[in-house]
Amino acid sequence: MINMMQEKDSDSASASDSGSANPREPSIEKEIAEVAKEHPEVVREVVLPGEFIADKRGRKIGHGAYVEGEKVFSKYLGFPRIDEFEINVMPLSGVYIPQTGDRIIGVITSVEISGWFVDTNSPYLAFLPLSEGVEDFVDTQRTDLSRFFDVDDIISCKVSRVTKSKTVQVTMNDFIAKKLYGGVIIKITPTKIPRIIGKGGSMIQAIKQATKCDIITGQNGVIWIRGDSKTKAIEAILTIEKESHTLGLTEKIQKMLSEG
Amino acid sequence: MGHKSDIKLIVDGKRTDGRELDQLREVEMKVDVVNRANGSAMVRFGNTVAVAAAYGPRELFPKFMQEPQSGILRVRYNMAPFSVDDRKSPGPDRRSTEISKVARLAIEPSLFLEDFPKATIDVFIEILQADGSTRVTGINAASLALADAGMPMRDLVAACSVGKIDGQLVADLNGLEDNFGETDMAIAMQPSKNKLTLMQMDGVLTKTEFDRLFKLATESCKKIYEMQKKVLKETYKRV
Repeated sequence: MINMMQEKDSDSASASDSGSANPREPSIEKEIAEVAKEHPEVVREVVLPGEFIADKRGRKIGHGAYVEGEKVFSKYLGFPRIDEFEINVMPLSGVYIPQTGDRIIGVITSVEISGWFVDTNSPYLAFLPLSEGVEDFVDTQRTDLSRFFDVDDIISCKVSRVTKSKTVQVTMNDFIAKKLYGGVIIKITPTKIPRIIGKGGSMIQAIKQATKCDIITGQNGVIWIRGDSKTKAIEAILTIEKESHTLGLTEKIQKMLSEG
Repeated sequence: MGHKSDIKLIVDGKRTDGRELDQLREVEMKVDVVNRANGSAMVRFGNTVAVAAAYGPRELFPKFMQEPQSGILRVRYNMAPFSVDDRKSPGPDRRSTEISKVARLAIEPSLFLEDFPKATIDVFIEILQADGSTRVTGINAASLALADAGMPMRDLVAACSVGKIDGQLVADLNGLEDNFGETDMAIAMQPSKNKLTLMQMDGVLTKTEFDRLFKLATESCKKIYEMQKKVLKETYKRV
């Protein structure tokens, strides 16, 4: 009998972790089991691909669910979101797929004649046209566009259009869009970004204050950090990503931030 | 398959490993076993162990393979050299190439490939220990790995092997039964949709035997499906 990977290497908190730590620490498991017994309403079970969620009843179907006749099923391993208007499922993990309106952090990969190509941390390269990147008139015959954005520049931008065949266009014409100078970027599972931000921005504010770093998150799972204590900020963020499901995470992060 | 021998595979209604005719071997399933993959799983049926890792959707190279309207699925089934008694030479052989293809055809209908035009989803199935029914064990692992990776799917895929040994119809063949039995059949399906995605058979069956064996196969697949659901739900339960 092969002894199969009994211990997950919990030191490798790499950004490509697909989701919750598995197997969980025995003490956490015990805690969850106890809470589950006392308060069964608090335990949330995931839904699986192909699992029946609800009857359609005229509601809108989000992109995490699919319909067969009047029945709505989940597309993903994730948590269902059902209200009187919409039925959707939020996946636990997954690669970022650009959607119109998303605010992301991209990296310039090449400078063209009439725009730039941008890495969006997805299988699809985005294009930033000149007209969406620079406000003033630019004479393309005489200007090298790397004046404005050069290869490896980091930008905060908005996805302005995604076609059916996933041709992606981004724009800097947005109130939050700007070039990000200095700093580093890290990549985490995009579905964990709301957890990093926290309720009303509480979690990310706590990290920013404790580390005195500038931090900007993108819906594509990319986070830009600039500051002297960026290592501390990065550790906090990677811990949240890895343990987003555990109890007492907020306290643990606060403790981590207040220590050296 | 089908060697004539004096080995008695069924004695007093029990199989060589003490199982009932329709009893599956001891099953173990785990997800998220390969950290660097988007999703992964390990499935063990008795002494057969398969690990699957899923990557993607990601950019597809070479570009000529890209489909403008849909993503593609690539599956690589491979047996580790140490997985069998007589060392298996590393690298793909004709059998692995065929199994890679049938595994892909078994899983493809479940994936919403149209959600990722021009991209690819890559699944790697490694057999670490082989004792019969490796392709179905691999498909079970691949299905869990894909769900673990957050791929959009219509349903999980459950697979199992069934066969005829010493004239009796049995489920989940081990290595001995696979080699010395009269017939073996591999099945994969989308259990909650009752849709079949793989059927391969080697041997001879009457129509009645086939009907009974097929029924045994679908029942066994449904048992395996329950186990797959359980491991995903237990692993990702949240408080």
